Amino acid sequence: MPEISQENPPKTVLFRGGGFAPRPNRWAGAALFIALIALLEMGTRSGFITPLTLPRPSDVLSTFIDLWNSGLLWKHLVPSFSRLLIGATIGASFGIGIGILIGLFSLLRAGLVPLVAAIFPIPKIALLPLFVIWFGIDETSKYALIAFGTFTPTVVATYGAVDNVDRSLIRMGQSFSLSWFSIVRKIVLPGAMPGILSGLRISLAIAIILLVAAEMLGAEYGIGAYILEAGSLYNLERLFTGVAILSLLGLGMSAAIGLLEKWLLGWRT
Amino acid sequence: MNLQLKKIGHRYGATDVLQDIDLDIPAGKIVCIVGPSGCGKSTLLRLIGGLERPSTGQVVQIGDPPGDSLNPLTYVFQDFALLPWRSVEGNIRLVLEDHGITNRETEVIISDVLTRTKLTDFRQALPKQLSGGMKQRVAIARALAVKPAVMLMDEPLSALDSQTRELLMDDLVNLWTREAFTAVYVTHNLNEAVRLGHAVVVLSRRPGCIREVVDIDIPLAERTLGHPDLERQQQHLWNLMRDEAMAADQELVNA
Ligand SMILES: Nc1ncnc2c1ncn2[C@@H]1O[C@H](COP(=O)(O)OP(=O)(O)OP(=O)(O)O)[C@@H](O)[C@H]1O
Ligand SMILES: [Mg+2]
Repeated sequence: MPEISQENPPKTVLFRGGGFAPRPNRWAGAALFIALIALLEMGTRSGFITPLTLPRPSDVLSTFIDLWNSGLLWKHLVPSFSRLLIGATIGASFGIGIGILIGLFSLLRAGLVPLVAAIFPIPKIALLPLFVIWFGIDETSKYALIAFGTFTPTVVATYGAVDNVDRSLIRMGQSFSLSWFSIVRKIVLPGAMPGILSGLRISLAIAIILLVAAEMLGAEYGIGAYILEAGSLYNLERLFTGVAILSLLGLGMSAAIGLLEKWLLGWRT
Repeated sequence: MNLQLKKIGHRYGATDVLQDIDLDIPAGKIVCIVGPSGCGKSTLLRLIGGLERPSTGQVVQIGDPPGDSLNPLTYVFQDFALLPWRSVEGNIRLVLEDHGITNRETEVIISDVLTRTKLTDFRQALPKQLSGGMKQRVAIARALAVKPAVMLMDEPLSALDSQTRELLMDDLVNLWTREAFTAVYVTHNLNEAVRLGHAVVVLSRRPGCIREVVDIDIPLAERTLGHPDLERQQQHLWNLMRDEAMAADQELVNA
């Protein structure tokens, strides 16, 4: 062992194990948001950004408050909410159901997986005229569009999640002679839940996109209709108010799924 | 209930895994199976418990399992196989739920097996909160809950450190001494085999067939760490296995 001396001073071992471990940070998201909006506000006030390019955030806020005070906000939000709720519920339930069946039965998998893969990339918005012919111009066609759009990503996420359930747990269930139904309900379903919920995040975002598309094509009230009207009048304040409402809707959904995950998946490490 | 293996052979595709296995598993005894890596021990256990069908031969059951046995052939797995979303109690409840027994009886059984495996204080804990040894205790408690006629244990202690393994071996010996159970115990650890086995079956390398069955007559409770007779038996087993193990090792390299 070399002596410690003047030419050979002791050194601390360098730390090199940092990073690669995401930590939750509540404030970074909000801070970035506020900073961006402040930047826009300053830009529009100083004239660096012309009113034709972007509206002033404070104007958007006052438009929103007007909308709230006039009671029109709820008139637009309520139908949108109910379309989203009904359409997404139908689509997600069918998606989860069929996804589980595909995960469990080889024959269904062989038949349905190519079909789903063929349907998945079709932009569902392109099919709206077809839905109008099939289901009429009223609410039903909107439900159908949203349901169809949420269905495909949910199916794909669900059967992937079922495939990823730990086979040794299923073996264990069989070795204790649990019934087929018990194995599905008590082992496969909870085991697939993490994958299903993360799939739901994507499906619900798609549902919001389709909601707006459906409402743009024919609705008196609804956020989509509001945005379309604002756009055709070139009223940027209103347009951005509508867009901000959609963003809030998305944030709310994501938070709701986060809560659901906390509640259902507390067992995860 | 005794089990008898008759001319069991098994094949996966073109590879013969097991050949001509004839073996008796008498009630109330622990039969250990040792053999080099990849010789088909786990496969044999799956065949015994009916999780897979043998290519040739059959596993016969002589006599009926005791009337109160809920799941006559019950496994204890190397990786514990506990449901991470259920508590200790919930994991045991899982295997009782499909048998139409009353809540009262379920309670009684759960309390009983938790006491026997010294887990009463951990009743509500989730698997992620438990150490490896504790998890395997839960798996053993779960197996005991269905009152098995034969326990099929595939390297149950292999995932544990050697101190925990020593403790759990003592626990198994105590459990057996208080109430003799029948078990087929697969291990690659010869010390475990001589400590727990009434008979130790040595398998050859793949295709696995029985090289020798070594009976050990010393009562389980007297088999302490470093018992001279056991050391001798262990040495004997090692001599049997060394060549097989070396050859099996070479095979894997060449393959
Ligand atoms: N489902 C399977 N399909 C094909 N081959 C298999 C299958 N299961 C096991 N094998 C092969 O059969 C042989 C015996 O496997 P097995 O797991 O029974 O060995 P083992 O004695 O338990 O080994 P280990 O000591 O590593 O646990 C191995 O060569 C393995 O690759
Ligand atoms: Mg094995």
